[in-house]
Formats: sequence, C-alpha cells, structure tokens
Amino acid sequence: MQFSLLILGSPYSSQSVGTAHRFAEATLESGHSLYRIFFYHDGVYCGNQLSCPPQDEPNIPAQWSALAAQHDIDLVVCIASALKRGVIDSDEAERYEQSAANLAANFSISGLGQLIDANIHSDRVITFGP
Amino acid sequence: MTLHIVNKSPDQTQCLKDCLRVFRPGDGLLLIEDAVYGALVNSPYAALLQNRPLVYALIADIEARGLSAMDTGSIKRINDKQFVDLTVQHSPVQSWY
Amino acid sequence: MAPKRTLIVCRKPPYGNALAREALDVALTAAVFEQPLAMLFIGDGVWQLLDQQDSAGIKQKNHSKVISAFPLYELTELYIDADAMQQRQLSHDHFVVAVKPLAADELGDFIARFDTVLSF
Repeated sequence: MQFSLLILGSPYSSQSVGTAHRFAEATLESGHSLYRIFFYHDGVYCGNQLSCPPQDEPNIPAQWSALAAQHDIDLVVCIASALKRGVIDSDEAERYEQSAANLAANFSISGLGQLIDANIHSDRVITFGP
Repeated sequence: MTLHIVNKSPDQTQCLKDCLRVFRPGDGLLLIEDAVYGALVNSPYAALLQNRPLVYALIADIEARGLSAMDTGSIKRINDKQFVDLTVQHSPVQSWY
Repeated sequence: MAPKRTLIVCRKPPYGNALAREALDVALTAAVFEQPLAMLFIGDGVWQLLDQQDSAGIKQKNHSKVISAFPLYELTELYIDADAMQQRQLSHDHFVVAVKPLAADELGDFIARFDTVLSF
C-alpha cells in the first residue's frame, strides 16, 4: 500500500514528530511504500538544517533526511508555512534577499498542491497532529 | 470502517470526547502519546473506553510513561507495525488532537 | 487516478491557532485542483463560521472573509455539527455561508463515506 503522511507538530516540542518517524519506518518494514511526507504548520521546522540538539538527543531533521535518502522518499515542506517560519532553500533565499538558506538535505519546498497530489496518489494519508 | 487516532490525554483536550461522539460500532480507536493514560482501568475515563471492541493503545507510549505494569483491561496493546496494520485495515483514518 | 473523496474536519476556533486558517488554505488548494471535497465543522470549529468577525485589532487576516469566498471556488459541501451549534446557541443567521447540519447520530456514517480525512 502507498502511504503519505501529513506532519503538523513542531520537532522538540511535540512527540508527534517522533511518532510519525516511527510510523514511517514501520510502514517500510511492513513492505509498504511512502509516496510523500508533507510538513505543514509547525512541522516545517523538521526541515531546519541548523537544528543543533545536544548529543544525547536525536537530530530530527537529519533523521528525516537519512530516511529519505535511504528509501527515496519525497519530503516536502509547505512553502507558505516554511518561509514565514524562516525555513528557506537557496532559491527562495535569493528571491527574498536573505543572507542564508537552511533547508535540510533531501527536503524540498513547495506548495499545498503537493499535499493534494499526495492524497490523489496514496491509498492512505495519515495526519500526525501537533 | 473508520480508524480514529487520539493523541491527547482525556483531561487535556476535548478530542477523545469528540471522537467518541462520532464513533460507530465497528470503528477502531487507537490511543497514542498522551492519550494512553486513558487506557488505564483506573483512569476517570475508563467507562468510556473499557469493554469496547477494537480499542488499542501503543505499547511504546505505555512503556515510556511507566504504565507497563498497570492494568489496561480490555484495551489491546499494539506495536508500531500493528499500528500500520490498523491503518491498512481501516479507511478513512481520522486523527484527533 | 480516480478522485479521492476528501473531508477536512475543522475543530479549532479561528485566530488562536493557525491551524484553523491553514485548513482553509488546504480546502482552497483542493478546489483549484478540482478534487471533490467536503468540510465539517465540529466542536469549537463552528466558531469559524461566525459573521461579523473583525480581526483588524489583532492584526490577522479576516477568517470569515476567506470562508465567505468558498462558493466562488465551488466549495459548497459544508457541514456543521448540529449539537455543537445548539450547545453554543448559534443559528444559521450567525453564519457567513450556508452549512448543512448533521445530527450526532449522522456524524459517524457521514465521515465513513470519505477516502481521506484531514483533521485541523
């Protein structure tokens, strides 16, 4: 079965981001596939490469990047949610004349249409609330 | 049949109560994160959740909170892969938070 | 790909949390993609529908103005939790758009008709 996930919680504030990550791993272990993981609302902070957690805590953006690299999963942060929260890729940084970009590896920044597309192409869309 | 996923303790938000208002016989209900406190037989909300079929709670969340040895009565404890199985068996899947 | 029947469930009052507004943005996007969509306002979510919202003082965009534009996007499958409406002593005259009431014993069957439920 093809799954997509909608992630709304803020990493380091809400457990739901961790639950979603475990769920993602369990879907793959069960032989299902992940079409897209869409980060919306405070979930977009999962794409902040500049997160510097202490050594005994998980680097949540890096965990998602690694999962995407290993299983070729599409990680999308919603552009409207991300830009106003300061999560930005190099193209948008240039457009808005910002001095730096911080979108983590294997994430892309795109519109809500990617959530609608994920819904069309997936058997299940599971929401992980904040 | 719908799968309802609840992630807040019953005292924290209205979501469990709202969920139970739309819950139909045959629907599934999964308690995750802080909602697992509601799985305890000694919870003030036990009457709402005990002795219903198809009510589940995530083991990892029960263990994390020090609740493993406490009585969860009729509520089935499931692991992450069984969580995935529930979302395969049910449609739609509705999250309450 | 067959269109998916999608329901957006709104349980938050407007302004206090961005999720209320973000749900509307998802609805508007789905409409642009011509995906069949319904919205259900439950619990405190019914407050989103009130007419006469004036958000200038809190420097936020007017929530009800977005909802009042829904018919222009052919977003007309709008449903409300009749119990929540009654508990708050609201009538259809208070609302910025036409919504169809669903009784408590209809809600579960209604939700089960959809392929996807997105909750906000």
